[in-house]
Amino acid sequence: MVKYFLGQSVLRSSWDQVFAAFWQRYPNPYSKHVLTEDIVHREVTPDQKLLSRRLLTKTNRMPRWAERLFPANVAHSVYVLEDSIVDPQNQTMTTFTWNINHARLMVVEERCVYCVNSDNSGWTEIRREAWVSSSLFGEAPSKTLVETAKEAKEKAKETALAATEKAKDLASKAATKQQQQQQQFV
Amino acid sequence: MNSVGEACTDMKHQYDQCFSRWFAEKFLNGDSSGTRCIQKAIKEKEIPIEELEFMSHGKEKPENSS
Repeated sequence: MVKYFLGQSVLRSSWDQVFAAFWQRYPNPYSKHVLTEDIVHREVTPDQKLLSRRLLTKTNRMPRWAERLFPANVAHSVYVLEDSIVDPQNQTMTTFTWNINHARLMVVEERCVYCVNSDNSGWTEIRREAWVSSSLFGEAPSKTLVETAKEAKEKAKETALAATEKAKDLASKAATKQQQQQQQFV
Repeated sequence: MNSVGEACTDMKHQYDQCFSRWFAEKFLNGDSSGTRCIQKAIKEKEIPIEELEFMSHGKEKPENSS
């Protein structure tokens, strides 16, 4: 089950200001839920693009019904990776962000493209796409579920076989004992 | 902004400051003069540095080095 979102917005600042501010984004008054920020990889490609990978930890804020349903997830922060490509020659920046834990509960992926606003070259526009997916509430069972069902079936078969063998063994032992007792009486 | 490793935060701030300067003053202006200067010197001295694989010098390594 995947939900898709698409949106567009405009920042009334020039592309170079926006791209520079992107690296000074945290902390800010609207990001109290972001606990840590680290650049874990950075490189400049031969064609002068800047690749970066930023690791963020964010508080895991769930509504109370979700906390009751998924108590194991409550205590753990969310680790989020943000990969980005800054292309100063084309004046664009592309980012891709997703959570790398709590993934069995839900995965949110967001892709943003920042470029010069078509109407006003002093402004920057953002095209934003997001995909929200969860393997919990889908129609098709996830691979894990199918595998688990298979394993359970195999296990049940083995248990049944072992029980049958044990029963046979006990029966033959009982038969032997009966024979011995009968012989004794003869 | 803190680092995920508490002991790293100060170092991270130093890196961030240096990076922000380089990013705004050099990178965004297409100023790769730093790298270009070095590349130019390497070319002038004809140092055969291009197309060399990372962590390998290309030749097959025998199991036991003689």
